Amino acid sequence: MTNAASPTANEGNAISSWEITLFSLKQWLKSAAPYLSLLGIMGFVVIWYLTTERLKLPWFKKLPGPMTVFTEWFSQDPAYGISVYSPEYYVHIFKSIWRVVQAFFLATFLGVPIGLFMGWKKTFKDYTFPLLETLRPIPMLAWVPLSILMWPGREASIIFLTFLGSFFATVLNTLLGVESIDEAYFRAASCLGAKPRHIFFKVILPGSLPFIFTGLQISMGFAWFSLVAGEMLAGEYGLGYLIWNSFIMVQYPVIVIAMVTLGVIGWLSSALIRVVGDRLMQWKVREIAR
Amino acid sequence: MKTGDASSPSSRGQISIRNVSKVYDPDGAKVLAVIDCSMEIKAGEFCVVVGPSGCGKTTLLNAIAGFHGITAGEILLDGQVLCNASQKAAPGSDRIVVFQNGALFPWFTVLQNVTFGPVVQGGISDKQARDKAREMLSQMGLQGIENNYPSEISSGMRRRVEIARAMMNDPSVLLLDEPFRALDALTKTVVHQFLLDVYDKSKKTIFFITHDLEEAIFLGSKVYIMTTRPAKIKTILDVDIPRPRDFRVLSSSSYIRLKKECIEAVHEEALKAFAAGEREMA
Repeated sequence: MTNAASPTANEGNAISSWEITLFSLKQWLKSAAPYLSLLGIMGFVVIWYLTTERLKLPWFKKLPGPMTVFTEWFSQDPAYGISVYSPEYYVHIFKSIWRVVQAFFLATFLGVPIGLFMGWKKTFKDYTFPLLETLRPIPMLAWVPLSILMWPGREASIIFLTFLGSFFATVLNTLLGVESIDEAYFRAASCLGAKPRHIFFKVILPGSLPFIFTGLQISMGFAWFSLVAGEMLAGEYGLGYLIWNSFIMVQYPVIVIAMVTLGVIGWLSSALIRVVGDRLMQWKVREIAR
Repeated sequence: MKTGDASSPSSRGQISIRNVSKVYDPDGAKVLAVIDCSMEIKAGEFCVVVGPSGCGKTTLLNAIAGFHGITAGEILLDGQVLCNASQKAAPGSDRIVVFQNGALFPWFTVLQNVTFGPVVQGGISDKQARDKAREMLSQMGLQGIENNYPSEISSGMRRRVEIARAMMNDPSVLLLDEPFRALDALTKTVVHQFLLDVYDKSKKTIFFITHDLEEAIFLGSKVYIMTTRPAKIKTILDVDIPRPRDFRVLSSSSYIRLKKECIEAVHEEALKAFAAGEREMA
């Protein structure tokens, strides 16, 4: 595919994708949105502070307040051993990220082709769809015993759980993506002499990309969800393990540190998928930018 | 525009529709869409089919394009059987459809759309295809938008690009299924003129479906007025307005006379269609 960013090749009508990104970023900074988001987060922290550390409401009594958490988090000498200065903190983070990366890529590289194929070949869908729809609603926690029985060692079973979480969402959204493609595009392609492989690569694949990327964002969320469940039950390292272990060891501020870390990483990973999606779908970005 | 080796452009694209019927049978309830319909379309003729909405015009077009089969009769293209009761035509680049709501691939740029046919059919390199497409676009007055996506250009422009995409394949027949339906009146006049220019230069056979009478007479050489469902031919009009045509035709006496003839025929069918609709509702 030719890159649209070639200013010499045309009358300057097509703008580069970089310019669009920069433009929408500027628009965003000019709008009220980023400042309102910041206010929202600050408001939450204030309420948290008031209920736990200031007013000490009875049912919040045992919860760590923001002051305790942040002091611990940024302490050079943390009371419970976990802060931005402790290497162990990063071991947990990287262990979790690495597990999600393996599981997510496995789910994507298996799930997207299967979903595309299900949408393309009716017979294949007839075979597989009821199976998918039966397996999909089973909560990830229900898979824990089997996955421990099935895989040697904890690592493999945690990755398997994480994989399952994201696999079903990817397959289903990819399938929906193929089915969302207007029949007219298939007809137009066959009129223009496209063979099945052209239909697959030039109609089905690009046509379902918007749904695929929505699916990947959802599946990334599921991956983190399943990861933490798996790590709580079977982990030795990782943020999920850290949360559960700190609970048992009565190191409550660490729970919140790990939770906030999970939130931030989860958000960043979704944002990363959005960025990749926008790069691959310039036609969609431009539609919105108009 | 001279497209390649088309030495005598009108030598191909002759369509014979012979006693074609089509029954839809979705869930036991048989619906007769077309009944015993015959047309002889000469090579290089601009043929327009007019009829009330839902009368089965598109059924004919889809059968020629190869999107679905027919129940009785046969359709021939240049003497070769395209389809009959037992065999559906396969879609191919000799019969290219321009769709009602437009079917430019939104994920491809204008240039990628226009080169789609030649690239998938093979035979010429991608670079040759791009050069050919650029040349065709500029001959059609569509230069400067090659690297834009369809969503970035106007709807009228999109229609013209879609016609250019079809012409890139040097088809025997151009099948247009109410292609300008969604356009506003001003854009429509521009696109009409564009299509007339393309036709005058290429002399391709055009099979054009519409429910707009004025459009039919302005564009066509022969106008087939269909009855309401099940569709058959009610009247055939020879439009003797000389070409090249432009907007001045719209105020000529022959245009007005033809329009009057046409309106009478269609109005009768529209009333029937309306009454039939009321019966179905009751």
